[in-house]
Amino acid sequence: MAHASTLERLDSPHRLTMLEGVDEGVNKCIHCGLCLAYCPTYSELGTEMDSPRGRIYLIKSLAEGRIALTDSVVEHLSLCLDCRACETVCPSGVPYGQLIEAAKAEIERQRPGGPLRRLVRWVNLDLLLPRPRLLALAASALRFYQRSGLQQLVRATGLLRILPGTLSAWEALLPDLPPAHEREPLAEVIPADGARRARVGLLTGCVQAVVFGAHNRATVRVLTRNGAEVHVPRAQGCCGALHAHAGEHARAQELARRTIDAFEAASVEVVVVNTSGCGAHMKAYWHLLKDDPAYAERARALSLKVQDIAEFLAREPLRGPLAPVPMTATYHDPCHVVHGQKIRTQPRRLLSQIPGLTLVELNEADWCCGSAGLYNLTQPEMATRLQERKGRNILATGAEAVVTANPGCIIQIAQGLRAQGAAVKVLHLVEVLDAAYRRA
Amino acid sequence: MATLTESRKQSLRRALEAIVGKSAVLSDREELMVYESDGLTLFRALADFVAFPTSTEQVSALVKLASQEGLPFVARGAGTGLSGGCLPSEGGLVIALSRMTRILEVDYDNHLAVVEPGLVNLHLSWAVGPRGFYYAPDPSSQQACTIGGNIANNSGGPHTLKYGVTTNHVLGLEVVLPDGEVVWLGAKTREPQGYDLTGIFVGSEGTFGIATKIVVRLLRKPQAVKTVLAVFDEINRASEAVSAIIARGLVPAALEMIDQVTIQAVEDAFGCGYPRDAAAALLIELDGLAAGMEAQAAGVVAACMEAGAREVRTAKDEAERQLLWKGRKSAFGSYGRVSPAYMVMDGVIPRTKLPYVLRRVNEIVAAHGLRVGNVFHAGDGNLHPNILYDPRRPGEEARVVQAGAEILKVCAEVGGSISGEHGIGLEKMDYMPFIFSPADLATMHRVKEAFNPRGLCNPGKIFPTKKSCVEVGPGYRPHPIEEKGLAQRF
Repeated sequence: MAHASTLERLDSPHRLTMLEGVDEGVNKCIHCGLCLAYCPTYSELGTEMDSPRGRIYLIKSLAEGRIALTDSVVEHLSLCLDCRACETVCPSGVPYGQLIEAAKAEIERQRPGGPLRRLVRWVNLDLLLPRPRLLALAASALRFYQRSGLQQLVRATGLLRILPGTLSAWEALLPDLPPAHEREPLAEVIPADGARRARVGLLTGCVQAVVFGAHNRATVRVLTRNGAEVHVPRAQGCCGALHAHAGEHARAQELARRTIDAFEAASVEVVVVNTSGCGAHMKAYWHLLKDDPAYAERARALSLKVQDIAEFLAREPLRGPLAPVPMTATYHDPCHVVHGQKIRTQPRRLLSQIPGLTLVELNEADWCCGSAGLYNLTQPEMATRLQERKGRNILATGAEAVVTANPGCIIQIAQGLRAQGAAVKVLHLVEVLDAAYRRA
Repeated sequence: MATLTESRKQSLRRALEAIVGKSAVLSDREELMVYESDGLTLFRALADFVAFPTSTEQVSALVKLASQEGLPFVARGAGTGLSGGCLPSEGGLVIALSRMTRILEVDYDNHLAVVEPGLVNLHLSWAVGPRGFYYAPDPSSQQACTIGGNIANNSGGPHTLKYGVTTNHVLGLEVVLPDGEVVWLGAKTREPQGYDLTGIFVGSEGTFGIATKIVVRLLRKPQAVKTVLAVFDEINRASEAVSAIIARGLVPAALEMIDQVTIQAVEDAFGCGYPRDAAAALLIELDGLAAGMEAQAAGVVAACMEAGAREVRTAKDEAERQLLWKGRKSAFGSYGRVSPAYMVMDGVIPRTKLPYVLRRVNEIVAAHGLRVGNVFHAGDGNLHPNILYDPRRPGEEARVVQAGAEILKVCAEVGGSISGEHGIGLEKMDYMPFIFSPADLATMHRVKEAFNPRGLCNPGKIFPTKKSCVEVGPGYRPHPIEEKGLAQRF
């Protein structure tokens, strides 16, 4: 038995810089272990290094210099989904999301990886995501790939098998890209329908605007029907959530500043977000920019204005008339809505106001589907296990549709259900609400 | 205390991998470190290996290997224990049961289930809930702790007042003995044949072997439940109310007390509806037949009001009831809101001594310059003073240990015990002489030797270390009654 005080400390040659601020957070963990059974990766593997308590212990030991960033430590920290289910059950209030993001940033700093990995990351995170026009161009190319028969050819020839694992995962996850008219930008100001309730800014997102432009259009229609005057600042772009989750700290800060500038200029009262990771991330801008004297206060002000679409709509009863949408549906909680923003009852309350719709509960509704930002590309094996688990739970409900509120979840769940041969529809909450309004 | 040579470690690793597979053995220092503590961070001990079996056969093979190689071994479930009981105190092998989580059989007609040891306690109730059943023992960590760990510690929980502790709900066990042999203790029937070996095994803190299958009783959910919150401005009045309720002949399913420090931590955590300015609150639950429930509830309310409660209210629906329980069950973890570390004591006292002992607890802790939060099973007289401290402050840990020892001494002096449900483990082994004579300890040691003669199975636990007044070493020593010629060894 080694008593705490007798244990030696390793004098680590490289004291970790990104981890300097984690002391307070890791010391909030009192090692009770109540989080274990709620962690998807621990549930799948049973290894404590892949649980929240274990990862916090690794981060604490790294920060204290007791261990170095070895291959296995990197592997266990990288396997974290950052779903933050542990935060929901943590009685002690450990800010787990902040801790794991600091750890991932430290991994990127110390281990940027080989040339191919760096190139893929650079194309995605540095080249495409921050530049809406380039992203749109890439989307046109992808749509050509999908519609010209090229995709079928590639899939038929088995060309994918010679690509590195993550690239073939990329290809398999590609959603069908919508036609160009759905990708056109929205008007800058859309007036409220009826009495005006609020001046609302809408984050159109980076990938969201390209792949799920229809969700943004539905969001605008539902918002205006509920009294919102919607502002869509042209100067906005990617909010930087993917960068923060991938450990690209500096780029995340730069994109946050740009987003703050854009919404400040539109002088809106509320900023509505219909993608879970973006909403949770923007609510944490205050933390991301807390050491930036020019932006700390402004970041705090913006964070306070951010609301998830369900959070905003559920503040008042939905304005009518709503037509029946006759179906049995179940609801999947996106991690960064339910755990990141603590929004659990609102989407269910909204769905239950739609005539004809029967809502059934989903077992493990608030468990990650494996999408988790770029996780299904970087950790395809664990992502697939969780995707199949989610699919089995959905099928067990017997529902005709699963409703959720995040594009990543929609792509991941839809692909999983397709692979299981199920004909269950996967819909965004705003699509269901929009259908009820449009049929009325 | 990992002390193996590199070459021996290599060959042992290969032998372990041959049993459970390559991906089911850990031996890297960084990975082993994650297993160096359980829910009590006061102690750390580094294993040489952690292995993850998935079947009885694999557990048996691991134990046989450890036994052949003279390698100490210990079973671990979720590691939520509070006495260091699953720590590899002499290095060696940790057998992690976190991949043995299946429910093997549910027999609703005979009200029983057969489960694997790594199953999370609450997951069993979730699984049988839709059919109107549940598993009664409900330790506060039930959302994470495992049934195997509950067996080791004979765990209790808030509802033990009416329903009893783990041993009252275990009918039989498949056990891998410390030499690797697989045996069944007890059966699926209520009354075992011969000696009650199940009863001996439950609560043996992993020193008699490793349970690999567990037959547990399932209960039908009660027809009616009433949950009452009584709020007090003085902690003594709350203590008096506890005795007053029992004196009326009422048997609540649970009768819990929560003090102000704890209420405030819990309210910070989840906002459960406890009044932050109360000196103490009682959470009282009645369950059973709907008929007569109102009269019992009225009795509880009257007893609390007569004892001087400021406010007594009944949970109006299941959501409010769940929230109150969430607060109670998250109390330990919530101390992280007010302190970077805490050490929970687990003393048991006669219920009538509550006011005196609570006063002494506060005096002792204050004398050491520390703070304490109390949340406990008042109906059972099972105290949980939680001493709050900061391990980064030099000397504070030692003061916590000293204060803890003094508190347990008081519990023993009033006719109580040093552990209700958390086990002796590493934490309390040197306090065993507070309640047991040398003859008692020698007898217990002989029982342990019958199961675990070589002492490889979870060594260094329960019995006092040599520095304390009782010396219990390995090997045979005659029992006092044997010395007097009243018994003989066989």
